[in-house]
Amino acid sequence: MATAKTYDPELLKAERQRRANMRRLKGLGLHAILISLLFVMLYPVIWMVFSALRPEAEIFGGMGFIPTNWTLENFVRGWNLYGDLTFTRFYINSFIICAFAIVGNLLACSMAAYAFARLEFRGKWVLFAIMLGTMMLPIHVQLIPQYIFFLNIGWVNTILPLVVPKFLAHDAFFIFLMVQFMRSLPAELEQAAVVDGASYWQRYWRIILPLSMPALATTAVFTFINTYNDFFSQLIYLTDTNRMTVPVALRLFLDPTSGSSSFGGLFAMVLVSIGPVLGFFLASQRLLTKGIATQGFK
Amino acid sequence: MSTIDSSNNPVLSAAEAGRPLRQIPENRSGSALKKAENRAAYLFLLPWLCGIVLITTLPMLASLYLSFTNYAVIGLPSWVGFDNYVRLFTGDRRFVASIWVTLKFVGFSVPLILIFSLCVAVALNRGLRGLAIYRSLFYVPSLIGASVGIGLLWKEVFGERGVVNYLLSLVGIAGRGWINNPTFALPSVITLNVWTFGASMVIFLAALRQIPDSYYEAASIDGANALQRFRRITLPLITPVIFFNTVLLLIGSFQSFTQAFVVSNGRGGPIDSTLLYSLYLYQQAFQQLQMGYASAMAWILLIAIGLATAVLFWSSRYWVFYGDR
Repeated sequence: MATAKTYDPELLKAERQRRANMRRLKGLGLHAILISLLFVMLYPVIWMVFSALRPEAEIFGGMGFIPTNWTLENFVRGWNLYGDLTFTRFYINSFIICAFAIVGNLLACSMAAYAFARLEFRGKWVLFAIMLGTMMLPIHVQLIPQYIFFLNIGWVNTILPLVVPKFLAHDAFFIFLMVQFMRSLPAELEQAAVVDGASYWQRYWRIILPLSMPALATTAVFTFINTYNDFFSQLIYLTDTNRMTVPVALRLFLDPTSGSSSFGGLFAMVLVSIGPVLGFFLASQRLLTKGIATQGFK
Repeated sequence: MSTIDSSNNPVLSAAEAGRPLRQIPENRSGSALKKAENRAAYLFLLPWLCGIVLITTLPMLASLYLSFTNYAVIGLPSWVGFDNYVRLFTGDRRFVASIWVTLKFVGFSVPLILIFSLCVAVALNRGLRGLAIYRSLFYVPSLIGASVGIGLLWKEVFGERGVVNYLLSLVGIAGRGWINNPTFALPSVITLNVWTFGASMVIFLAALRQIPDSYYEAASIDGANALQRFRRITLPLITPVIFFNTVLLLIGSFQSFTQAFVVSNGRGGPIDSTLLYSLYLYQQAFQQLQMGYASAMAWILLIAIGLATAVLFWSSRYWVFYGDR
């Protein structure tokens, strides 16, 4: 059969069919592998969701995977765990810090990025190299003197140590992200404005900033997620129970003296605490995955 | 002149040679414009420059100074020379332990994350349906993995009555409390770190999608099988991205804190098995109030990260392939 090189249309069709089937089978196999991997990875999270929704006594009882008695009591108990001080307070505290952090990062980082991306000035490349260098610095080498300084000017237990650095463009990563984006905008856009007599501020505020929306949105979402999840600095700076944010408050679940051995409440609050992050992500996922994909190379 | 190619015309090119290349007159208004742009740029950079001086450089210098002192927040720092550094390396068992814990943590996390993220990215890059959904789902752990909430969850998942032991009991194995066991506590934390491989995966995926299909087609015609195509085409072409991810992961894992803190309730236990460097630094600075000592630790960390990155950059000459350069 192999020697007779007659192109039998029937044979050719069968061969094509066989190959298509092979490909489909391979595709199915790949899907199966990926889905099982995802299931294993996300199993702890699914387990937590179901645990939060069942009565306390049934969580570790090996009562099957899906709860039989659905309940929301864990959420109520977890939310009010610390008596008068509820998670409402902690969420308000967290969101206030996030809001200021977002505004600060958007403003300060975009201003610095505009200078680096669109203007010529003396010492540009030295400063740009310094900016890149600060991205690699571990926070620890600045942390202790910062803490002592903020302690001495009475900023501990306020939100200022957490938000003022954002207004000074401390997150160099976002400057870099915006520089990459702003560089790609055509020069003609600004030249037209120069002819019309626009000032530098107008060129930045009216032309470049509106066109940089994708980069700004990515910055806003990442700033929210990073600030909301940030534990280290909030742990250090916010010790007063009234000032506590969500992660710092969650940490109290670890404390055996706080009298809470409520695993149901714990799971319910962990679930609620990752809600805002997932919500922000789902609302902007296309943007986000594109943003992180282009962060380093263009 | 724009329409005539002067290089082919001896008369024109001779005339050109005598002229300066640029015809823009360097008059007063030109340099004034330059000055204005210079001033505007520095005004735009003002917040960042303030930040660089006030919250980066000055604290760094202060921390370098403090590292040579004894300072407990109250009172004044007292100069002790290299005492802190000497004590760290000769008289502090927990410090040495924390270095080993951190090296193990970094040494296992980084390669595992690279392997996982690359494998999943390659699998996703085969024109599968639902790519966007897969990508998002694999990315979700990266979003929440560093949070206190997931740390708490991990503590229960690997706890004595957690879901890992429940699943083991289904196949007849009596599990133990993984988090409370000095041998298994660190691997549990490493698992949590590896769980967040999605961020690296997204970066790999973006790079894989830029490799032209024609490369693979040409190789297939030459008879290369899937493994050969991966080794000879994919791998060399994405070495810059492997390098980039490695740098990011290395810097990040050296500073890892929250996961070990939550899992061990801030203590780094059991018997210092999860005492990551950052965690020990935190304990020295904010529980023992040994600010000078902790500053010395911070500088050692900075130097360690700097060295590791430098070695990586140096080694990149031998294994990173930059296309046409």
